Amino acid sequence: MKNLDIKVEHVTRVEGHGNIVVKVRDGRVEDARLDIVESPRFFEVMLQGRSWQEASWITSRICGICAVTHSTASLKATEDAFGIVPSAQTVLLRKLLLDGEYIQSHVLHVYFLVAPDLLGVGSVVPLAGTHIEVVRMALRLKKLGNDLCALVGGRHVHPVAMKVNGFTSLPEPAGLASARERLVAARADLDATVELFKTLRIPAFTRETEYLSLKGVDEYPLYDGDMMSSDGYVFKPRGYLESIKETVVPPSSAKHVAARRDSYMVGALARFNNNHGLLHKRAKAVADAVGLSAPCHNPFMINVAQLVETVHCVEHAAETIDMLLGSGMSVEVSDVRPIAGRGVGVVEAPRGTLYHDYTYGADGMITGANCIIPTGQNLANIEADMQGILPGLLGGTEADVAQTLKMLVRAYDPCISCATHSIEVVFDRG
Amino acid sequence: MTVRAGVFAFTSCEGCSLITLEVEDRLLEILGRVEFVNFREAIDDKSDDYDIAFIDGAITREHEVGELMKIRERAAILVAMGACAVQGGLYFLKEYHEPGETLAYVYGDKAGQFDTMPVRPVSQYVKVDHSLYGCPIDKREFVEVVTALLSGRRPNIPDYPVCNECRMSENICVFERGLACMGPVTRAGCGAICPSRHVGCFGCRGMVDKPALDQHRAVLTERGLTEEEITARYRMFNGHWGSAHEKP
Ligand code: SF4
Ligand code: SF4
Repeated sequence: MKNLDIKVEHVTRVEGHGNIVVKVRDGRVEDARLDIVESPRFFEVMLQGRSWQEASWITSRICGICAVTHSTASLKATEDAFGIVPSAQTVLLRKLLLDGEYIQSHVLHVYFLVAPDLLGVGSVVPLAGTHIEVVRMALRLKKLGNDLCALVGGRHVHPVAMKVNGFTSLPEPAGLASARERLVAARADLDATVELFKTLRIPAFTRETEYLSLKGVDEYPLYDGDMMSSDGYVFKPRGYLESIKETVVPPSSAKHVAARRDSYMVGALARFNNNHGLLHKRAKAVADAVGLSAPCHNPFMINVAQLVETVHCVEHAAETIDMLLGSGMSVEVSDVRPIAGRGVGVVEAPRGTLYHDYTYGADGMITGANCIIPTGQNLANIEADMQGILPGLLGGTEADVAQTLKMLVRAYDPCISCATHSIEVVFDRG
Repeated sequence: MTVRAGVFAFTSCEGCSLITLEVEDRLLEILGRVEFVNFREAIDDKSDDYDIAFIDGAITREHEVGELMKIRERAAILVAMGACAVQGGLYFLKEYHEPGETLAYVYGDKAGQFDTMPVRPVSQYVKVDHSLYGCPIDKREFVEVVTALLSGRRPNIPDYPVCNECRMSENICVFERGLACMGPVTRAGCGAICPSRHVGCFGCRGMVDKPALDQHRAVLTERGLTEEEITARYRMFNGHWGSAHEKP
């Protein structure tokens, strides 16, 4: 195939609206882009003039799938600005919420959005016809993640009980104990999922790139830490602006993000590559069983890394509940005194590192805000992968090329509504 | 009887679309009766032949108006889903800033290349048959609307304030905890989820049909909220609708 023009409008089974645009001339890839056509929502502007109590309520609405992570990054940014260090109990409860969100988000992605490709059906609906047990299992696991979030945060999509320096109310110990039983019982479903994954044919494609994530010390890091690159440097969350740069890439005005190379990857595979030694031993065993070892440079393996992380989060959640019940929870006074200044909150969202950066006036009102979202960071890397994979595909039919590109984009689990917290892409349909 | 349905997301966080998948216990049962033929977030099919359209999100751009009108022509029943679609929702907050400033803050010197349209609820452009309230919608209410539509009856959606649900749950009123609450003027149906977790209601479900606004403002003032703080509360989720209710 010498010439090829592909335009996949509104790629399905991703969150948000995105178009794939490919242009090949005389066997040479001239253009390979993922254009974000979601409407901009101007969160940074909406935050201005709103108070510190409202910030996490507002930014939670950036994304329905990672509402807990947005809330967490937001609360951390405000606490950083006000010089607040939350209690050990608050941190444990937030980590438990993150585990719940990871379980529900990864399960949704792996089973509902990706498995249909790997099992050769168009969506979860026919999957219910051909693989009903798989769907039942997926629903059970997803519900476990949701219920965990609801128990601690009030609900999963836009939690209500998370606040600056604490929680508005605490989960019932009995609820935590029964959640723990369900987490342990979920091992059987996860074992079955691992067996299923062993049978799936993951496309073989590798492209070495840079991986960015939080850096763990004694725990696989989702909540806290310095930032690290697989290229061997670290930086403080507060100094992120010196290490990663948002740029406008003509002719499209999508803000791409890059660190020291032209592109980098964030998300499950980046975290696995950087911190695999800190995974729970059951998660490590699953990685071995499904053939995932670090460093892995195949973006299609992101989904496998998500499965490994799901196993980790199930175990980590059970351990966290043990710690909470062991020490006994108590109602804490949460003192908050606004001071003028800037704060940065960095958290690992299911799809990758999330930055919230707020500037406050002395009255506790936001005067400036910036959020950097995982999908924005992955955009340049996705496009570089498209460039890399295309030459090997040109012998196939146009439909096959389009299908592989869609699978590649979906593998990243792009959360496009998130990425357009403020950006809009004007694109040239070539 | 099975019906064909589509789920369409406009300017939103897609949280409401996601809730339709969060009815895990009932999902297989619903899938047995509702055939989703267009649901970009979850499936590949993009059929234009459907009976019910669920709309998630506010309308913020020119092309969205056209798409919405096409959906309205095709669907026998159109359901607006969530605060964004019903009231304009949280994203309406940008309307309280100058459009020029908004663009400049986000796009800097490239601001001239972009345009933005005011955030509007779905009902601004097309007839809405049913509304699912909340940010996000409540999954029990989603099931209620689906089952009602399947059996041809009107969905049972409350038109009384959240306070009623607080009393049913025997909550201590958050005003007693020194917090402010939108519950007295906000449509129930959430099970008073926020007050139950000791958070003042933010009003995400929009107002009851005849809200007692003057009394509510008086209570908030009595509790020490300034005029600006009250306005901020009223603006948060009530979007287009909230601004209409605002005092000059
Ligand atoms: S109403 Fe709330 S949950 Fe629903 S789409 Fe809008 S922001 Fe998201
Ligand atoms: S907490 Fe809010 S919703 Fe509940 S009774 Fe008090 S004012 Fe009404």
